[in-house]
Amino acid sequence: MITVTDLTKRYARHTAVDHISFEVHKGQIVGFLGPNGAGKTTTMRMLTCFLPPTSGNATVAGFDVLEQSFEVKKRIGYLPETPPLYPEMRTAEYLQFVGSLKGLAKAELAKRVDYVCERCAILDVKDKLLGKLSKGYRQRVGLAQAIIHNPDVLILDEPTSGLDPKQINETRELIKSLAGDHTILLSTHILPEVEQTCEQVIIINKGKLVATDSVSNLQNRARGAESLLVEVGARNGLMDPLKVQSSLELVPGVSRVHLKNKLDNRSIFEVESRKGLVRGDLARAVVEAGWDLNELRPTAVSLEEIFLQLTGEPAAAPAEEAVPAGVK
Amino acid sequence: MRNVWIICRKELRSYFVSPVAYILLAMFAVIFGFFFWNILGYFVFRGMESQMRGQMMPMNVNEEVIRPLLSNVSVIGLFLIPMITMRLFAEEKRTGTIELLATSPVSDVEVILGKWLSAMVLYASMLLLTAINFLFIFRYGHPDWKPLVIGYLGLLLQAGALLAIGTFISTLTKNQIIAGAATFGVCLLLWVLEWVSGYETATWARVLSYMSVITHFESFAKGLLDAKDAIFYVTLIFFGLFLTARSMESLRWRS
Repeated sequence: MITVTDLTKRYARHTAVDHISFEVHKGQIVGFLGPNGAGKTTTMRMLTCFLPPTSGNATVAGFDVLEQSFEVKKRIGYLPETPPLYPEMRTAEYLQFVGSLKGLAKAELAKRVDYVCERCAILDVKDKLLGKLSKGYRQRVGLAQAIIHNPDVLILDEPTSGLDPKQINETRELIKSLAGDHTILLSTHILPEVEQTCEQVIIINKGKLVATDSVSNLQNRARGAESLLVEVGARNGLMDPLKVQSSLELVPGVSRVHLKNKLDNRSIFEVESRKGLVRGDLARAVVEAGWDLNELRPTAVSLEEIFLQLTGEPAAAPAEEAVPAGVK
Repeated sequence: MRNVWIICRKELRSYFVSPVAYILLAMFAVIFGFFFWNILGYFVFRGMESQMRGQMMPMNVNEEVIRPLLSNVSVIGLFLIPMITMRLFAEEKRTGTIELLATSPVSDVEVILGKWLSAMVLYASMLLLTAINFLFIFRYGHPDWKPLVIGYLGLLLQAGALLAIGTFISTLTKNQIIAGAATFGVCLLLWVLEWVSGYETATWARVLSYMSVITHFESFAKGLLDAKDAIFYVTLIFFGLFLTARSMESLRWRS
């Protein structure tokens, strides 16, 4: 549905988008992920024919964005970062205007307006002035205008920014429910959003493509390793966590042991290891040394870590990592 | 063509839903009413004066009432036109709705024509208000109606040219006030250029005075339809709208 090859946008002083290529297939819902200023909006503006690319090309629904922009525009619904609403218009009136702008015939128009109002749950504000709507409603009217002409492709620029948690959930559900009929590309800098709504993710940073993969693959791929949480206890009085740590490090396959938390008679470690049978060896090592194994479980690597790894930004150190003074 | 009408209707709705249109119409009606009252008063006074002296000077309603009134309308227009055009594109750029227009299957030319046409309709409805005053003249006098129609045509052409220039200026900024002030400046300049002809007859002065929008209105105010003057205004309309289209295009390449 969307094919992007070597797309580049250069401005006088900097390159906003630098030779990115990706593909979005029909019916997919794809997250376009990157920190602020990564070039997400610029890319989307090029896909919607708002900005012409400096070089490279992109096709939407088989039409080139530069050469056949008219055909592309007919087939996309676009929700910019701030919904493009006219404050002096009423909701229904506005949707009618957008619908006729997109080329809907008069007979169809009323039906489509009713349909999108219902779909986006804005029936109760149909006759209200857009300028008086709350942020959540504005966003939903924005979505409604994007789907009014039943486009093949939906391009949504940060559809959940600035909403409260309840509205964010509602909007996500709405977007997910639209996925069947439309191919959706949505940008965000919020990772859980991608994990929850998208099947495929495209990560860009500083204008460059960093990764493109399915969400589950990306989670698996993380380091090709797993991360385990091990809690070791001592039944008879105190134990030396450093001693435990060094014996855990001796287990084959373990690459790093990190003391996460130390309590009176138990310690919690984070163990990074190769995938495989390391868990059993770990358990044996603990028990054979005479300690108790209270807990041993894999911790899922969040997309956040992958993201930070890929974009090359150091992971923020969690507060609990600080080793308590008493350990020394 | 359908798209032009869609845009035009939306703009008209914006004018008439917000107080903009009503304030402009009211201001225009009051100012024009005052001019009308003044000029008519002076006409009546002169009539009585010549009667008292016993000399029957020929007096002409067309020459002495309608013509100065039409010239006055054209001057009031210079002041009100910036207020009509300043929001056309500046507001869309500020609120980001320009992105909606630019990503819809409508061409820039259709958007521009729609917006300019809506400004024309608003100006024409202001002119319609003056018709009420002229009705009184026709009720109590017997002026010739043809010069009046040509005068109105001239007003529309002149306003069309200034509105096109205002539309262009509105694409240059996100700020309505800046767009309005700049348009006012340009309108005023196009008006006063004519003054140089008062003391200078060199070629440069003739060129400057020719560029003034007032110069070309004189024939219309007299009730003469001069192709030269009509073509001047039509050219200016095309020029203004052409600049607007170029500006819209450069907006995409720059932003």
